[in-house]
Amino acid sequence: MNAPVNYDPTHEAWTMPLDQVDPANPMRFMAGAELPYLARLRRDAPIHYTAENPMFGPYWSICRYNDIMQVELNTEVFSSSWAHGGITVRDRAKELRIPMFIAMDPPQHDDQRKVVQPIVAPFNLQKFEALIRERTAMVLDSLPRGETFDWVQQVSIPLTTMMLASLFDFPFEDRALLSHWSDCATMPVEANGFIKSEEHREQVFGELLGYFTRLWNERVNEPARPDLVSMLAHGEATRNMTPREYLGNLILLIVGGNDTTRNSMSGGVLFMHQNPAEFAKLRANPKLVDSAVSEIIRYQTPLAHMRRTATQDFDLNGHQIKAGDKVVMWYLSANRDAEVIENPDAFIVDRKRPRQHISFGFGIHRCVGNRLAELQLKILWEQLLARFPKVEVVGEPKRVFSSFVRGYASLPVRIPA
Amino acid sequence: MPTITYIEFNGTSHSIEVENGLSVMEGAVNNNVPGIDADCGGSCACATCHVFVDEAWLGKCGTPDTQEKSMLGFAATAQANSRLACQITVSDALDGLVVRMPEAQH
Repeated sequence: MNAPVNYDPTHEAWTMPLDQVDPANPMRFMAGAELPYLARLRRDAPIHYTAENPMFGPYWSICRYNDIMQVELNTEVFSSSWAHGGITVRDRAKELRIPMFIAMDPPQHDDQRKVVQPIVAPFNLQKFEALIRERTAMVLDSLPRGETFDWVQQVSIPLTTMMLASLFDFPFEDRALLSHWSDCATMPVEANGFIKSEEHREQVFGELLGYFTRLWNERVNEPARPDLVSMLAHGEATRNMTPREYLGNLILLIVGGNDTTRNSMSGGVLFMHQNPAEFAKLRANPKLVDSAVSEIIRYQTPLAHMRRTATQDFDLNGHQIKAGDKVVMWYLSANRDAEVIENPDAFIVDRKRPRQHISFGFGIHRCVGNRLAELQLKILWEQLLARFPKVEVVGEPKRVFSSFVRGYASLPVRIPA
Repeated sequence: MPTITYIEFNGTSHSIEVENGLSVMEGAVNNNVPGIDADCGGSCACATCHVFVDEAWLGKCGTPDTQEKSMLGFAATAQANSRLACQITVSDALDGLVVRMPEAQH
């Protein structure tokens, strides 16, 4: 960080001129300083226009729960289409844009989504449950006691990567490629990470597509079976996809099943550490695990926003949104909206209505894998409670440079000996 | 007050008196009937209050609008008699209504 030593985000957020508030600045997310800016906007300008951001250009911020719901449900005015720039505040150059069903509008979105949706239907979830339980037990049993290790590398990444491998029926020994590709897809070049340029990213996408094209070719001539590649290869609405569209849907399914759950797996450990009374409540009453999981997902909000593009001029509660404007729905802010969620800044494992958070989005684009994510987290906490007295966080988490994926690069922890 | 009967997937039946003007979803949630999640709180935006309406009552419950139809399109186990309980308003005409829950809400 090159912020001054005495940088006080709360003071800055509440005193800076409103028109300069720029909540999408990824530096703030990396510094863990993003929330006060959204809190300011929620109070003073819940529908707000940032005229210029050096990475993203101009964009609207929608900060309150009920306003976001309005935008989510009006898919005719607020398009998700990749042709307009898709679903994140970041625009890629036109020639680099990638079609995928999350970044489509009806009817094409609906048709493609329905092809993959059965993978997380109740029947398949039941099938996965024993497998998840077994793997979670194995990963937790392998953890060291009485010494510091990184929860992200040792628990969150292995568990989510194994799950993804099963969903795709991806060669298990190569599964590390999946989390690698997921990181490559979401990492801004400015993060100074593995991805050095957009050309570099395209090269990695080429490797991803090459690998998955082999899997497609193997499965397209075999009978359909319940794995995501086979389902795409046989699905009416997906079997004639262009390679670019196949790539897009793979990226969507890999990122969707990876970054999100991974960061909630890490976030939960951090929140329980920061709120020992809540952890004690959960330990005393393990039946609270379902509501604790929903609360973790709310509190983490692993995807901080989704973006839409206005297809026509529109008056949103008195604000004149113009055709072509970029509209960012801050899920992270709506999840802290006191109008809808009582005492929203507190982490509370036994809320009255724990499921009424917006982390999965609402409307036709609502997260397709939400029940699987909840199941993975539930099993993780059940197994953790059965084994460990607690998991102590022993250092500052390292957060990622992104205002889309809200997550952790590392989380140093120790399990008492 | 009209009585609504909610039947869980496992067969457990709950007959509840629900005030006119509330939704069938609210009738369940306010009375802790399990099997209806209602994540979005009644905005027709999540399909987690999915119910099967007994054939005899289907006509009296009105017809789903475009938004409800598209949300139902993504419910895991939708059938011809599927509705979102948040979109059915309780009235005297629905006294005796029977709705059944799917295996899981999605």
